[in-house]
This record gives sequence, structure tokens and C-alpha cells, in this order.
Amino acid sequence: MDNQLSDQSLLSVKNLTIGYDSKIIQKDINFNVKRGSIFALMGGSGCGKSTLLKSMIGLLEPIAGDYFVKDENYWQSSRKRRIKIARNFGILFQNAALWSSMTVGENVALPLQLFTQLSSEMIHRLVELKLGLVGMEYAINLYPSELSGGMRKRCGLARALALDPEILFFDEPSAGLDPITSKRLDDLILTLRNGLGTTIIIVSHELSSLFTIADDGIFLDAESKTPLAHGSPREMHDHPPCQLVYDFMHRQRYDNAEEKEKQK
Amino acid sequence: MNDIQSDQQPQWKLEKFENHYIISLYGQWLAKNNNIPSFSCDHLKKIPANQTLYFDTKNLKNWDSGLIIFLWDIKCQATHYHLKVSDDNLPKSAQELLSLLHESKEEAPKKQLAPFRPFYTIGGWTIKGLTNLGITIQMLKEVAIGVFKSFAGRSYMRIVDLITDIQNAGPSALLIISIVNFLVGAILGFVGAVQLRRFAADAYVANLVSIATVREMAAVMSAIVISGRTGGAYAARISTMQSNEEIDALKVLGVSIMDYLILPSMLSLVITMPLLYLYGCFMGILGGLIVSIFMLKVSIIGFLQQSFNAVAFNQFVFGSVKTVAFAIFIGVSSCYIGLKSGRSAVDVGLAATRAVVTGIVGVIAIDAIFAVIADMIGI
Repeated sequence: MDNQLSDQSLLSVKNLTIGYDSKIIQKDINFNVKRGSIFALMGGSGCGKSTLLKSMIGLLEPIAGDYFVKDENYWQSSRKRRIKIARNFGILFQNAALWSSMTVGENVALPLQLFTQLSSEMIHRLVELKLGLVGMEYAINLYPSELSGGMRKRCGLARALALDPEILFFDEPSAGLDPITSKRLDDLILTLRNGLGTTIIIVSHELSSLFTIADDGIFLDAESKTPLAHGSPREMHDHPPCQLVYDFMHRQRYDNAEEKEKQK
Repeated sequence: MNDIQSDQQPQWKLEKFENHYIISLYGQWLAKNNNIPSFSCDHLKKIPANQTLYFDTKNLKNWDSGLIIFLWDIKCQATHYHLKVSDDNLPKSAQELLSLLHESKEEAPKKQLAPFRPFYTIGGWTIKGLTNLGITIQMLKEVAIGVFKSFAGRSYMRIVDLITDIQNAGPSALLIISIVNFLVGAILGFVGAVQLRRFAADAYVANLVSIATVREMAAVMSAIVISGRTGGAYAARISTMQSNEEIDALKVLGVSIMDYLILPSMLSLVITMPLLYLYGCFMGILGGLIVSIFMLKVSIIGFLQQSFNAVAFNQFVFGSVKTVAFAIFIGVSSCYIGLKSGRSAVDVGLAATRAVVTGIVGVIAIDAIFAVIADMIGI
């Protein structure tokens, strides 16, 4: 498991069009995610970042295009196969989505109980480890309602790590967290990536967080419904391809009418 | 210490080599293989304090979380015996993961069962019951004030909310009210026909069905249906609003929860319940009539005439008053339960269940009180 960044693409999105029913949210999305990298889905509110994430984790079928997971066309595969592929996914939802009727320990243990043949003692040791990795081993017997937002996020991360997934998806991991907790979570994500070699897809518009952790990314635009830029957040910041990306990366208001026209 | 048996099995060995203590790791350390050994504290007892433990990973093959579990055990126990652990020879990624783990496993607080103290428990229940009663009376008072305020045009209640609630509690419930009351009337007619036929008293089936329906069944059955359907929905809605902080937002705005949320719910029930009761009476008598036509071959006119003779107008009035009491009870109890619920998904489910159970039990208890009152006033 001693991993290094490799150029091999683990995920590949080709000409993807996403939306609800016939309403298109984003079209012509193309990108590859390298194994072991942290890939950011960026853009303003309502541009379709979370919708794209939903398509990538199997919750929303795209309108058109292909999505490959380790060279397997995910949405062309049978439902059974898709479930099997998704076992390699760990997902941290925006509000952690811990099951409120279970303790934190039971939350982390459930995927292990359902999808492995491990003994209950081994499951307990693994649950302790996963919670230990996120610094929450003391919360094993607590219910989600007894935790703060940041603690819930960390426990959600422990649950996402339960099956040692190859790919982790984070939906707005820093949303609602104070800067210190947010920074700690960023450090944790980086350490986990380096330690576990996991590939991470992250939806965020927290610039400081993106500059710290993301190696690569894509910038989606709500108005043109297409990606405007592709590259690391730092590259986009230093060499923005258009005014909108510049404004986003420099926290400025997008009010250049001429540029807006050009974008159209 | 373990003997090295196979290439694949996870094995380890603690040795002393020129004043160094070395833990050698062998084989595959994969959690999925379900064979990760435990590191017992006995092994470190004999090592003098402040010594350093080193690792030898030359023979370590594939590994995953399983190895980290084992290394964490060593890290915790070494700290306990005042020993140092050098992770220099471990794979880089294992070092990263180990750095995230604390040097001692923080003990999780255990949930303890409350000791058995009967007086304390009964006292607690009593206080809780009286508190609930007090809050319910307070709610009733505030709703009554809200009604007067709404007549004066000073209420926060929105007419559109009242109309929506009336639509949900009344017309939308007609189908289920029809089915339930029709079937209850038909069952009464059927049982009555079978029993009364033995005494050649077939003609009194109409009396049995109409009196039972108007006096009890239409009111109670309609109230039970509304308690399950509308009361449960009110509790779940308010509980969900509670978990989404919508109620907090209203409070901060200074909007009265009673006026804005509870009043339209309660008024809608008070308005629709007597109407649903009258409709339930009609459906119940219709059910009894159809069974009588097929089983006893009675005429429609004969059945209806017998029914009208048996049921006095004041019984409809009494039934309607009773349903208003049911409506107030269902409205107050379900809204109260919703407001007092917790903020998780489980709490929403619990609130809906509690509202339905409380509504049904309460309706039957209130019906019993009304039966005594009816006897006292001679209805």
C-alpha cells in the first residue's frame, strides 16, 4: 500500500451531459482523474458540482456521455456490476449523513458487517482504527446527535474509510466548519491520501482549502453550462483562462459585461 | 513470540540485537484475511524503560489497515511502558497513518443503565405527566387567544395555510373515511341481521345500524382515521421543521408558533371533523342498508324510515360536539408532540408514532367520557 502518484487514470469522464429529466445542468464535461490524486470540482453556487458528483457516485444517471471507473463504463454496466464497482467508493456527504439511529461505532461497522466476512472482533478493531485515524475513537458509543458538526464530518470520514476504498468523494467537506477545524480536516485528507494512496474527488468552493489540497480540477460555469477551465486550482489562480475564473479565484465580483457576452 | 510458519501469514518476532529491540514483521498483513494477531503487553514488560523499539520490514509483504491496527497496539503499549517507538523502517505511508493515531486509545464512555429506583421513577413520570398537562392547557389557551386574534385580524395565521390544511384534513381524507365507515356499517348490518333474524326481529337491523353509527361508530372511526392520517402528518411536519431549524427561524422573527403553525392545523380539524362525521354517518348507514337489502330483502324506503325513527336530531348534534372535542385533542396532542420532538430522523419517526398512538387512545378515552355525559343528560 506504499503508494506514489501515478499517471494512470483511475476515473475518466467523456462528453458527459448531466441534468434532471430533460433539464441540462452541465454538458461536454471531459476530464481524467489520476490514481492517487486529489481532484477538485469547482464553480459557483448552482453550477452543477454536486449534480456531477451524484453522477459519479451512481445516484444520478447522466443524460449522455460516458463515465469510466478503472476502464469500465460505469453507466453502461449492469446494475449488479455498478453496485460492485461502487464498493470501491467512500463518500463523505455534505452533512456527514450518519445514520441517526446508530452509534458512531455502529455507523462505521455497518459496511464491514454487510460486505466483508470479518469476525466481530476484527470489525471492532477496524472500527477503532478508522475512528482513531480521524481522532474520534472516544465517540464510538455516542450517537450522531451528541456530536458537533466538525465531529460528525470526521466520523462520516471514518465511515467512508471503512472498506478501504480506492476512491473517496467529498461533498463540501469544509462547509460549515470554522477555519481551524477546516484546516485540520484538510491536513487529515492529505495525510490519509498519502497514507492510504486513495484517489480523492472533492466538491468545494473553499479556495484556501482547494489551494492546499487539490492537485487537479475542473471549473464549471452555470451560465454556459460547460466547464470553463481544467487544471490545478493554483494554476487557475495564476493563469485564469477567462474573466469568470479570474474573478472566482481572486474573490471578485463578475460584472464585466463584455467578457460575459464573449462567454455566451 | 510467534514462530515463523508460512510466507503469507502475518507473523512478528521481538528480538534483542546489540542493545536494540527489534520487531520483525513477516508475511501479508491484510485485514480482509481476518488473521491479524494481537500484540500482548507481556512482551514489553521485561524491556527497561526509555528503550527504543525498531521495526524490521524486510520480509513484510502486502499490507493494509490490518498492519496499522497492529502497529497502533504496539504504539499504545510502548507508551504505557515508557518505551519509544522508531517508525523509520516502516513504509512511508504507514508512518503517515501511524502519526494520525494517538499514543493511547481514549476510553469511550460506556452507557450505563440507570439504577432501579421505583419512587424516583414514579415521581419522574408524575412530574412529566403534570408538566405535559400544563403545557397542553397553556397551548389550548394560546390557541383560543389566537382564534380571537384572527377574528380581530391580528393573528399571524395565513388564510392560505388554513385552506391547505382544510383541504388535506377534509376532502383528501374522504376516500378513506368512506371506505372505513361503509365497511363498519356493513359489518354492523351483517352481524345484526344474523343475530336478530333468530328472534324474528329483522326489522330492527336499521335501528341497530343507525343508532350505533350516529352515536358511536362514525365519530370514533373518523377520529381514529384522522388521528392516524392527519395527526401523524402534523407531528412529522412540525418535527421535521424543528430539525431544519425552521421553527427557530420563526421564533427569531418573533412570529408566534401557535398562530402560525398550530392554529391553522387545529382549526382545520375543528372545521372538517364534524363534516367528516356527518359524511361518515351517511356512509355507515349506506353500508348497513346495502347489506340489509341483500340479506333481509328489505326495501330502501322501509330501512330509511326505520332509521329516521330510531335516531333523533339531538344525537347528530351530540355526535358533532364530540367530534369537535376529538379534533381539539388530536390537533393539540400531535402539534405538541411535534414541537417537543428531537432533531434527528429517528425523532421524526418517533413523533409521528407517538402522535398516532396518543390520538387513538385519547379519542377512545374522550368517547368514554362522552358516553357517561350522554347518559347523564339523557341523550
